[in-house]
Amino acid sequence: MDFQATIDADGRIEPRDAMPDGYRKTLIRQIAQHAHSEIIGMQPEGNWIGRAPSLRRKAILMAKVQDEAGHGLYLYAAAETLGVDRADLLDLLHSGKQKYSSIFNYPTLTWADIGAIGWLVDGAAIVNQVPLCRCSYGPYARAMVRVCKEESFHQRQGFEILHTLSQGTEAQKAMAQDALNRWWWPSLMMFGPPDAASTHSEQSMAWGIKRHSNDELRQRFVDMTVPQADVLGLRVPDDGLVYEDGHYRFTEPDYTELYDVVKGNGPCNQQRLSHRVKAHEDGAWVREAAAAYAAKKEARAA
Amino acid sequence: MSDLFAYTLRLGDDALISAQRTGEWIAAAPQLEEDVALGNIALDQLGQARSLLQYAGSLDGRTEDELAYFRDEREFLNVQLCELPNGDFGFAMARLLYFATYQHLLYDELRSCADETLAGVAGKAVKEVAYHVDHATQWVLRLGDGTEESHRRMQAGLDTLWPYTAELFESDALVQRLEVAVDPATLHDSWSDRVLAVIDESTCERPSSSYQHSGGRSGRHTEHMGYLLAELQHVARSHPGATW
Repeated sequence: MDFQATIDADGRIEPRDAMPDGYRKTLIRQIAQHAHSEIIGMQPEGNWIGRAPSLRRKAILMAKVQDEAGHGLYLYAAAETLGVDRADLLDLLHSGKQKYSSIFNYPTLTWADIGAIGWLVDGAAIVNQVPLCRCSYGPYARAMVRVCKEESFHQRQGFEILHTLSQGTEAQKAMAQDALNRWWWPSLMMFGPPDAASTHSEQSMAWGIKRHSNDELRQRFVDMTVPQADVLGLRVPDDGLVYEDGHYRFTEPDYTELYDVVKGNGPCNQQRLSHRVKAHEDGAWVREAAAAYAAKKEARAA
Repeated sequence: MSDLFAYTLRLGDDALISAQRTGEWIAAAPQLEEDVALGNIALDQLGQARSLLQYAGSLDGRTEDELAYFRDEREFLNVQLCELPNGDFGFAMARLLYFATYQHLLYDELRSCADETLAGVAGKAVKEVAYHVDHATQWVLRLGDGTEESHRRMQAGLDTLWPYTAELFESDALVQRLEVAVDPATLHDSWSDRVLAVIDESTCERPSSSYQHSGGRSGRHTEHMGYLLAELQHVARSHPGATW
C-alpha cells in the first residue's frame, strides 16, 4: 500500500515504508522537540529534588524526573528510526536551532510548583499526547502509549501534592494558590497559538500526525481542569470563567507572551539551555572515554 | 540512645546522605542513559534510607521525616565519604565503587543477622547495591582505561577519596556490644581485595595515603555537611508541624 492510501485507511507508517520528505521532516522536528522537552523538563523539577519536604515526596519526585529521562530516551530512539542521530539532534537543541516546550522556561519557585507542574503541565501534556498514540507514524505512536501511561501517573501525583497543601496550613494553602496563579496561563499556552495563527497544523492534520486543533485541545484541558481546581478548593485566576453549554468559557492567554518565550525571552530560557549545554560539555570526556574503551576492547578481542 | 537505634541510624544516614548527593546528578549526567542509571541508584539509596530510618524511628518514637529533617548536623552519624560535595563523574564513580562495595559486603552479612527487620532490609538492599557495584566497576574500567584525560581524572577521584575510606571500617564499643551488628572491621580485607582488583584492571595506580579522616560516626562532619542539610531540611523546617 502506498503512503497516502495507508494514511487514508488510518494505517501506520513504519520506518522502512516510503514517505514524503515533508512528512519525514515534520516528524523529525516534532519528535525531536518532544524529546528535548522531556530532558529540559527535568530541570525545573530536578530543582526541587534536594529540597523535597518529606522523604516520600523526594522519592516520588526522583522517580518522576527519572521517568522523564526515560521518555527522552525512547523519543530520541523513535526519531532515530527516521534516519537521524541523537547526537545531531542534541547539537540542534544546544545551538538553539530546535526548540523545546516553552513551559519549561518558567521557574519553579516553591514546593507547590512541583504540584502545579504535575497537575497542570503534565495534565496539558496528556491532553496533547493522548491523540498522538494514534499518530500515523508507528514508532512515535507506540512511544506515546508508554509516555502517556506514566504521565497520567505523574498528573495524579501532582494533584495529590496540591491536595495535601490545600488541606494544610494557611501558608501551604497560599503556596498552592500562588502556584496555580503563576502556572495557569503558561499551561493554556502549551497548546500553541490559536488555530487561526497556527502555521503547521493543517498539513499535520492531513498526514494524521495531528488529530485535533490547538483550540479544541485547549478547551478539553480547561473542561477537565476547572472541576479539579474546585476539588482542590483553589481559584482558577480567570475572572471570565463561566460554564455554558457543557463547556467552560475562558479568557484566552496573552499569546504575545508565548511568542516572546518561544523567541528566547522567557524567565529561564538562557538558564535552561546553558545548564543543558554545560552538562553535555562536562560529560564530553566521559563519552569519549567510553568510546575509546570500547574500541580498545574490540581491538583486543580481534 | 539505644545501641540498636544508633546502629540503624548510622546505616540509614549513610544511605540518606548518599541519596542526596547522587540525586544532584539527575539532569546533569554525561549522557541520558546515565541520568536514568544515577536516578535508579539514588532511588535505591533513598529507599534503603527510608526503611532504616523508619525502623530507627520505631525504636525511638520518631518518624523517618523527623529523623531526616529535624536533626542537626552533629546528630547525623554518616561517614564523611557520603557527604563530600560532588566532583566530576570520575569522582562520582570512585565514591560509588568504594561505598557500594562496602555496602554490599555489609548487607550480605547483615541479612543473616538475628534482627528480622534489619535482615529484611539488608536482603532487599544487597541486590540493589550489587547493581551499584557493577555500574561503578564498569565505569572505573572505562574511565581508567579510556583516554589520557579520563585516566587522569579517574586516578584523581580514586586518590581524593581514598583517605575517606578507613572510616567505613572503624570498629567501636557499640558494634562489638550489639549482637546483631556487623563489625565493619571484619569487612575490610574483602573490600580491599575487591576494590584493588578493579583499580588494577582499570590501569590506575593503587591510591596510597597515610592520613585517614574520621569523625562521622560520632557526628563530627566536614564543613560541607551543614550546607547539605540546609538544602535538605529548609522547606520542612520552615513549616514545622505541616504535612506534605
